[in-house]
Amino acid sequence: MGGSGTSPARGRVVDLGMPEFPRGAARAVADSQLRFNLRKATHTIRGKRANVVAELPDWLELRAAGKAIKDHTLRNLDRYLIRLERAVTEAGGHVHWAADAAEANRIVTDLVKATGETSVVKVKSMATQEIGLNEALAEAGITAYETDLAELIVQLGDDRPSHILVPAIHRNRAEIREIFLDHMGEWGRPAPEGLTDEPRALAEAARLHLRERFLSTKVAISGANFMVAETGTLVVLESEGNGRMCLTLPETLISVVGIEKVVPTWRDLEVFLQLLPRSSTGERMNPYTSTWTGVTPGDGPREFHLVLLDNGRTDVLADEVGRQALRCIRCSACLNVCPVYERAGGHAYGSVYPGPIGAILTPQLRGMASPLDASLPYASSLCGACYDVCPVAIDIPTVLVHLRARAPHPPAERTLLRAASWVLARASRLAGVQRLASRLRRLIPRRAPGPLAAWTDTRDVPPVPKEPFRDWWDRTEGGAE
Amino acid sequence: MTPPAGPSAGLPATGSRERILARIRAAVAAAPEPPVRRAYRTGARMPRETLIELFAERVRDYRAIVHTVPGAEVPGTVAAALARRGVRRLVVPAHLPEAWLERTGGSVERLADDPPLPAAELDRADGVISGCAVAIAETGTIVLDAGPGQGRRALTLVPDYHLCLVRAEQIVPRVPEAIARLDPRRPLTWISGPSATSDIELNRIEGVHGPRTLEVVIITD
Amino acid sequence: MRVALFITCVNDTLFPQTGKAVVTLLRRLGCEVEFPRAQTCCGQMHLNTGYPRESLRLARHFVDVFAGYDAVVTPSGSCTAMVREQYPRLAHNPHFAAARSGARRLVPTRAGREFAAAVDEVASRVYDLTEFLIDVLEVEDVGAYFPHRVTYHPTCHSLRGLRLGDRPLRLLRAVRGLELVELPGAEECCGFGGTFAVKNPAVSAAMGTDKVRNVLDTGAEVLCAADNSCLMHIGGTLRRQRSGVRVMHIAEILAQTEGRA
Repeated sequence: MGGSGTSPARGRVVDLGMPEFPRGAARAVADSQLRFNLRKATHTIRGKRANVVAELPDWLELRAAGKAIKDHTLRNLDRYLIRLERAVTEAGGHVHWAADAAEANRIVTDLVKATGETSVVKVKSMATQEIGLNEALAEAGITAYETDLAELIVQLGDDRPSHILVPAIHRNRAEIREIFLDHMGEWGRPAPEGLTDEPRALAEAARLHLRERFLSTKVAISGANFMVAETGTLVVLESEGNGRMCLTLPETLISVVGIEKVVPTWRDLEVFLQLLPRSSTGERMNPYTSTWTGVTPGDGPREFHLVLLDNGRTDVLADEVGRQALRCIRCSACLNVCPVYERAGGHAYGSVYPGPIGAILTPQLRGMASPLDASLPYASSLCGACYDVCPVAIDIPTVLVHLRARAPHPPAERTLLRAASWVLARASRLAGVQRLASRLRRLIPRRAPGPLAAWTDTRDVPPVPKEPFRDWWDRTEGGAE
Repeated sequence: MTPPAGPSAGLPATGSRERILARIRAAVAAAPEPPVRRAYRTGARMPRETLIELFAERVRDYRAIVHTVPGAEVPGTVAAALARRGVRRLVVPAHLPEAWLERTGGSVERLADDPPLPAAELDRADGVISGCAVAIAETGTIVLDAGPGQGRRALTLVPDYHLCLVRAEQIVPRVPEAIARLDPRRPLTWISGPSATSDIELNRIEGVHGPRTLEVVIITD
Repeated sequence: MRVALFITCVNDTLFPQTGKAVVTLLRRLGCEVEFPRAQTCCGQMHLNTGYPRESLRLARHFVDVFAGYDAVVTPSGSCTAMVREQYPRLAHNPHFAAARSGARRLVPTRAGREFAAAVDEVASRVYDLTEFLIDVLEVEDVGAYFPHRVTYHPTCHSLRGLRLGDRPLRLLRAVRGLELVELPGAEECCGFGGTFAVKNPAVSAAMGTDKVRNVLDTGAEVLCAADNSCLMHIGGTLRRQRSGVRVMHIAEILAQTEGRA
């Protein structure tokens, strides 16, 4: 966890200028249980995703269409949001606009207070995590109950989410069992005695724990995967049925949704309902998808509020390279294939958006003023696996490199790279450095001191040859002797 | 970054609305207008037998129970399914074809949603029977649109057992054909297998909050 | 065919034997190989570390040095990808290339447009060695002999950047005496990533360790790849573990013939 890192690095002796991500990542790498859990989970899902994607002969065409629809929407976002607002309103819903997290939290808190209720049930939502809604509600004396199994595990364990789709991916079944036994009683119905770590038994425990809550709570809060401008329809994809419970049983429904989640037409869903399930859980279709348009008399909530959230998104939109991050449909395929995520875990990213997409989204939403945020664009070997699997073709490596150019650079690094570029500007300078290295080659130790120790801690330095290639070429006339 | 919220507190909601819209317009003013090409497959057609077979296979993949029967055998299949499951209290949405239940006999108490059944009452039911609006062969998905024989959304959600009847002509090959048939103004529920979760070690396990058993009867004629 | 060798700064300084092997191989296949003395570095390290302006300076130098050749061949997938994919992006980006402010956006100047055109011209003729052999010279059997058990690591830039596919494997399969064994988890990054290895040492080392474990599982005597940078990282880890497995650039294997192996 990067908790201590938010304090200024200046004046702290222990801080050797090492940015935050590498430190959190190093801690995760040293945690063998965590590495085992992450490896098992990410490798399982990789295979499943690859299989169901390979089933569709037109995957690349769907991907291209998904990218194009999102780009077109972003280009005309003002128009589509106004259309959405009108359609939702005409269907009996209410639309609110929130420029930032504080405003969104205030709107939601006021709406809940107006119902007179002091508890709400929640469907897993990245947007409400991003704005810290649960904490804001708690300050107003309102308890938010997470109902998604993984969110429940995180909430009961007083933990932080580490994955977009599966926030408790860092926990294995044995750990989940312990959390249930220790903490369910504090929040409601305790876990059954004799609970085993069988996944089916754990799911049953969650069902029993939340059942009464679903049947009695009057207010629900959700996010949405998509909003259709043309019809005012909201769409939530889920697996467990907790989403259906929250979207159907309460009297009031409040949905907090990022402005980039809008798509122009109902028809556009034919693309995204093929791309998203296959990319995220590796299924042909997720168990449940709910769509609703405003309110329907006699069926579901009587009151519906949509809170449209900016919170930095318009800043991202202004960056011509970085704006493609707003195409993201939060499938988390990039996390599941990322070799860095697999080893660093989600917490090292210090954000509700971990993994490759988080590494480009967080610094754009929050800026790069903190050492942690400034280190995120470097949290990648640029291997490109994320771009390959992205269902909306976000070129994450390119955005990372773009953000690196804007990130603050350590002075020593700047000096070193400037010196290197001076040397490399002329072949004669390069040749001079090479000859010097060759002459001193026997003095170069296998384990280097200073910053290069990062390399030689686990790897030998390659031996420097007697003569560089260019000198061999000159001496032998290209080996033509 | 976005200015802090403090000073805007108390402003009418339109303040943020106009600010967000203005920021969007400024952000994309110089952006190109990308064309949208839809080169993916749409308008697929399949023979009825293929549709039925594929749909049945894909629903089974989700570990749902599937029967494929001609219309004449539906009452018997339904009665047998309910008996096997031990259903005594069955939620029956309005306008469900009466014939589907004609063999269930007196052992099954029918719960009509008129007046609306309280959630706790639904929770005490042993199961629900419904029709559907559309089914998708390729993904093994059933779509409910709260139409006749389906009822409001809670009916097919709260009971732990869902028996769903699908007529062959309701099955379409793929997602695009389903989208084209559905009316977005109605509340829709897309169901692909029983309630499940992938939250424990990213493996799909059936059975959390929605119906843990899904039984599907495909009517071939 | 007038072929220029772009040796790359890393190979020039640390791995001259790879350069020699490329020269030997291309001559054997009938190419006239030139080594433009003024060449230095493609600038990838600068770009990927966040210094696009310094990188662009090196790109200008590269274009000056390599203009006018039929083909530029380089024994590095990642440097090829840099020139072919990143150079055009840099050159066409009005924020970096010569540009002036237009009515609403930056408009490239004439010099900027000329540079972009020169980049497009040169970039399209830069080839990774294995790609050059298969696609341009149209050979799979290069007459090599290498009686060893070998496994191949497809580097990220050759796999997902250049999409070399099975080209390197086809070349290796045609080598007499060579026993090619499949590398488990081959498509996973080795953890080098340029400055990534220094900025994120723990994750980089963990990735390297996993890669090495897969290499050792194959029982191969030699690990080869189309990029010495990744091999430096994997090889450094192998050496530190005293595993006895050698790393070799694929060019060094393809250059070996009977009597020399």
